[in-house]
Amino acid sequence: MNSAASGGGTDVDRLWSARMAAAQAGDRVAYEALLRDCVPHVKRIVRRTGVAAERVDDVVQEVLLTVHRARQTYDPARSFTAWLNAIAQRRAIDDLRHRGRQTRREIADDTIYAAYPAEGATPEEAWEEGGRNEELQSAVARLPHGQREAVEALAMRQLSLSEAAAETGRTKGALKVNLHRALKALRDRFDRAE
Amino acid sequence: MSNLDTIDHMIDRLGTDLKPVRRLRPPGVRALLWLAGVAALAGVLASFADLPAIAHRLMGAPDMWLAVLGSTLTAILGAAAVFHLSVPGRSPWWALLPVPSLLLWVGASGMGCLRTWLVPGTHDASMGEVRICLVFIVAVSIPLSALMVVMIRRACPLRPNLTAATGGLAIAAGAASLLNFFHPYDASATDLAVHLLAVAIVVFLNQLVARWALAHRRRPFSV
Repeated sequence: MNSAASGGGTDVDRLWSARMAAAQAGDRVAYEALLRDCVPHVKRIVRRTGVAAERVDDVVQEVLLTVHRARQTYDPARSFTAWLNAIAQRRAIDDLRHRGRQTRREIADDTIYAAYPAEGATPEEAWEEGGRNEELQSAVARLPHGQREAVEALAMRQLSLSEAAAETGRTKGALKVNLHRALKALRDRFDRAE
Repeated sequence: MSNLDTIDHMIDRLGTDLKPVRRLRPPGVRALLWLAGVAALAGVLASFADLPAIAHRLMGAPDMWLAVLGSTLTAILGAAAVFHLSVPGRSPWWALLPVPSLLLWVGASGMGCLRTWLVPGTHDASMGEVRICLVFIVAVSIPLSALMVVMIRRACPLRPNLTAATGGLAIAAGAASLLNFFHPYDASATDLAVHLLAVAIVVFLNQLVARWALAHRRRPFSV
């Protein structure tokens, strides 16, 4: 149904237009049905504009808020899809600009914590700690892909098994096995080094 | 709560918040209403002006009435553009609608400057007089801006800066057109520069007002 809603004049556009006209008159059922129908269409536009996957749902919410706030500006004689597309594209662009400004202001450095040892460490301990961190990172980087993925998600980023499974697309069992093998490989490597 | 739950939750809240709304009038009608406000102000100002003297002065040289025609057309086309830009789904190219008349306005005023250099005996404005022009344009812009803000409040400009700039141009052009009731001298370079400065000030102030209005816009509820 929603795949057809790319332009004005389609059956979907006429249905949405009629629902928005009913919503303007205060019909809550038509309004909620319209918003639920629109969500996949809005998501497609937001994604196509280049918004990062993890931001899409936030931008969709901004679009829904704008639709709600601007509903009196919709003219049922015109295409509803064109009206909605304009709002969705604009909110997506606003988000990209906002993120762009934020990225320019903030500096992300994944290795920053490794470079600063715990307070109170002596210079010798700090040197050793820094060296161990570097060795550990290089050892993790040399692990096979599946094992490295498990270490990064479960041990370094502290995700739960369910979250890591959803993110990597692997089963919980596979993740557990990969983590076990990775830890064993790392332990062997450091035991040999000492 | 997953993101899909959050979106569903928001749709429920928006449904609860739904009230019947009065549809916004078409942009052309709203532009005409704003222009009617400008015409009403023109009527008041005209009652204090020496209309035969103004007509005689404007007909004295083509650049004079061309400049007035340019500023008046800029106000009319700018108003049409700004009310279209304030509705989602309308093309941003509407912002270009007043550009040809703006060029006519600036071009004819520039020709006027040339005439005052070439023709002896013309009375070009002194520094004190151009300062009055600046104050007049900015002061008259205030009620015109207030009227436009009230009329755009219920709309939803997706490009607030572009809409505010176009609105500022329409307002400044309207104020500059009204200035002709009290402008008994020929265009000079200083005069033209001051008119352009006044337009820039009004456009800038409109941008500030638009930003303030957006920042204080009420959300239907907090999510």
